[in-house]
Amino acid sequence: MSREIGEVILDLKNVSLAFGGVKALTDISFDVREHEIRAIIGPNGAGKSSMLNVINGVYRPQQGEIVLRGRRFARMNPYKAAQAGISRTFQNIALFKGMSVIDNIMTGRNLKIRTNLLLQALWWGPARREELAHRAKVEEVIDFLEIQHIRKTPVGRLPYGLQKRVDLGRALAMEPSILLLDEPMAGMNVEEKQDMCRFILDVNDQFGTTIVLIEHDMGVVMDISDRVVVLDYGKKIGDGDPDAVRSNPEVVSAYLGAGH
Amino acid sequence: MPELASTQALDTFPRLLFHHAQVRASKTAMREKDLGIWQCWTWLEVAAEVRALACGLAEMGFTRGENLAIVGDNRPRMYMMMAAVQCLGGVPVPLYQDAVANELLFVLLDGEIRFVFVEDQEQVDKVLEIQAQLPHLEHLFYDDARGMRHYTQAFIHDVRELMAMGKIHHRNHPDLLAEAIASGHADDVSVMLYTSGTTGKPKGVRLTHRAFIAAAQGGVDFDDLTDSEDILSYLPMAWVGDHLFSYAQAMVAGFTINCPESAETVMNDLREIGPTYYFAPPRVFENLLTQVMIRMEDASRVKQKMFHYFMAVARRCGAEILDQRPVGLADRLRYALGRMLVYGPLKNVLGMSRIRVAYTAGAAIGPDLFRFYRSIGINLKQLYGQTETCAYVCLQPDGQIKFDSVGRPAPGVEVRIAENGEILVKGAMLLKEYYRRPDATAEAINADGYFMTGDAGLFDDDGHLKIIDRAKDVGKLANGAMYAPNYIENKLKFFQHIKEAVVFGDRRTMVCAFVNIDIGAVGNWAERRGIAYSGYTDLAAKPEVYGLIEECIEQVNRELVGEGVLGDSQIHRFLILHKELDPDDDELTRTRKVRRNFVAEKYAVLIEALYAGRQSQFIETAVKFEDGRQGKVAADLVIRDVRTFPLARKAA
Repeated sequence: MSREIGEVILDLKNVSLAFGGVKALTDISFDVREHEIRAIIGPNGAGKSSMLNVINGVYRPQQGEIVLRGRRFARMNPYKAAQAGISRTFQNIALFKGMSVIDNIMTGRNLKIRTNLLLQALWWGPARREELAHRAKVEEVIDFLEIQHIRKTPVGRLPYGLQKRVDLGRALAMEPSILLLDEPMAGMNVEEKQDMCRFILDVNDQFGTTIVLIEHDMGVVMDISDRVVVLDYGKKIGDGDPDAVRSNPEVVSAYLGAGH
Repeated sequence: MPELASTQALDTFPRLLFHHAQVRASKTAMREKDLGIWQCWTWLEVAAEVRALACGLAEMGFTRGENLAIVGDNRPRMYMMMAAVQCLGGVPVPLYQDAVANELLFVLLDGEIRFVFVEDQEQVDKVLEIQAQLPHLEHLFYDDARGMRHYTQAFIHDVRELMAMGKIHHRNHPDLLAEAIASGHADDVSVMLYTSGTTGKPKGVRLTHRAFIAAAQGGVDFDDLTDSEDILSYLPMAWVGDHLFSYAQAMVAGFTINCPESAETVMNDLREIGPTYYFAPPRVFENLLTQVMIRMEDASRVKQKMFHYFMAVARRCGAEILDQRPVGLADRLRYALGRMLVYGPLKNVLGMSRIRVAYTAGAAIGPDLFRFYRSIGINLKQLYGQTETCAYVCLQPDGQIKFDSVGRPAPGVEVRIAENGEILVKGAMLLKEYYRRPDATAEAINADGYFMTGDAGLFDDDGHLKIIDRAKDVGKLANGAMYAPNYIENKLKFFQHIKEAVVFGDRRTMVCAFVNIDIGAVGNWAERRGIAYSGYTDLAAKPEVYGLIEECIEQVNRELVGEGVLGDSQIHRFLILHKELDPDDDELTRTRKVRRNFVAEKYAVLIEALYAGRQSQFIETAVKFEDGRQGKVAADLVIRDVRTFPLARKAA
């Protein structure tokens, strides 16, 4: 493996998040190292998605701080997160259903577009050159994810598994350094899951992208992740490599169940 | 171009290539869609890449007469590698890209192959899987570097490294390639194609430059092909059809070959390229038509009405207009209107607007299907040939199209019918030999130099050849009547709901059949009737589906009664198989022909049930999934009787 796990790139310190009286996250700390695949697991309502939302600034925790590449953020917001190279996919696909695959992935390049609206509307001069360059990048993503055959299909007409792949494509188009995946394999059949696993591993391997993912499929998590954080009722109950987590009695009783 | 002295005859493919690089240097020779854009190579650029590849191979120690295996989808560099190997007097051996590792093993061992060129990681993995069993393998080159970063084996190389090495080699030895090409001979073997092996192990068919150039030149002259044709190269490179149309004819005529982006995008790419010259096996035409019909059923009423009205007009006079036969003025006007409203747009959707000539071969094509394409103005023709004859024996001449024949013997080809009905052919396009199988070569070519095709056929009154069946498959029923299984199976397969059929009857009292339904067409049919099903096995067992297939078979029986001697071959009983016949389970060849004996053996219990008069039979079958895992499919198959029709026997 040429991929080597590096220093801590993202560090969450004592994060607590509450919605009124409901405590979603209580005093959670964990870190993510560069180039690793970090999984967050836990039963329904454990606070996994809230955790991702905290990382990219959708939610603002009442306590705690996020340290991203040595910079402290008491308050992250989605724009800052995106600028800092964090992109994400969503549990319930957030794509423009009426737009084609290309256009959807192109929206992932939005932050990188430099020319102004007027030039873009006229599609003239620098705007045109810029769009061609972005389009070339989008084509690389399409090639990477092997979705050439649906390039011009409206996303709403695609099967669920492919929509998930397009969602990943949109996130990849940002050329992120950290990729947050919220249940990338939910609702997929075995074959689609295998494909998705391969793409996640390839992204991590070829681009060195750090990946934080939430996933319910234990087989998948244990197979592809380097380290796993386990949440239960908003608390961290386990953290470590897959084998350590699997043999942690607290995790077993809370999540994996007696049958495992 | 130093590789080509002007005095040399253009009698080998490398000479043809470097000739084109001189006379049509800046004309596009190859296109491939990559990253959404059609990338082009001119003849000059192709020649330069071929030179780099060839010199690289020479540097690596590739020797004259040696075989080099090529495994992958149609990619420009795959075709260039063929030419590069030929430059050095070697023999390219294209293999089916979907062959499993064991199938590769046979060929790589048989050909004592040291050099293998594959498309991508998937193919590399296949070769690595069997590497331990390949004592000859020395170098493995790949075209697509994706996913190859962690392969550290010293014998695996990126083809770009090979080309870089070749460029340096060429600078140091500028005359080597020219000498290699000059010492090539028209009677050298230019390519080795493995036959799909309907019977036994595949055999390597060795074809010379002379044979393939003769076949290509004949075809080019026959249809007046020019260097401005565009052809879509999407059929397996290991198939003789692709080698003739995409390689040999393109090299002879100097036209452009276009490689699709991926197997899934072929339909789109077809539309974008709009080829002028097109070659496809019948099933491709059939799939296209099925898609059109399914989409028409979802169209608005007005559109449906318009479509059906004008298709009726086209059926009545379209083929006649294409053949320039007299047609009444009223029909001509209707057809012209139809061209504007229906046929034109339809051809555009199919990517066939620019087609001048289209060919189909490889299997029998249904008359309705054939008529459909011709009636909307596509000059679809049939040809007949096999790997051993460079797919060049008979061609249908423009304006003389008969649905049930494969046309007249092509220029330069001599065709004879043996006493047992077998078709014998002779000409420049014949194979040199089967690789290391003098016994098989002696068996296939008779004392007079005729190749025995193994097909049974006859000439009609106009001198058109009609193929009935494989000569060895033609048998007799227990009562002595002639029995031609493929003929009956083809009749069945012409129904859109039937994908495959296998009939039995040789030396038996009656004919019975296995049927595979077409999951697309029957699934659609079921959905429209609100019949719920969970998968192939479930759908195949539905009584409604049995009813549907029964109607088809009854129709076949009705036709057979009218065909004299074949009237005894009416199908008495049938069942629908619980799984699709699949090349991965060895039931079909890679070109999707049924391995009759294998199927008969595997499903012996079903055949017994058919002839024992049972009403159902339990069976459990092992299947291989695409990822190599094994599983089992079990079902209780229903057997149905079909109505047969009395024969109008001559009063004795």
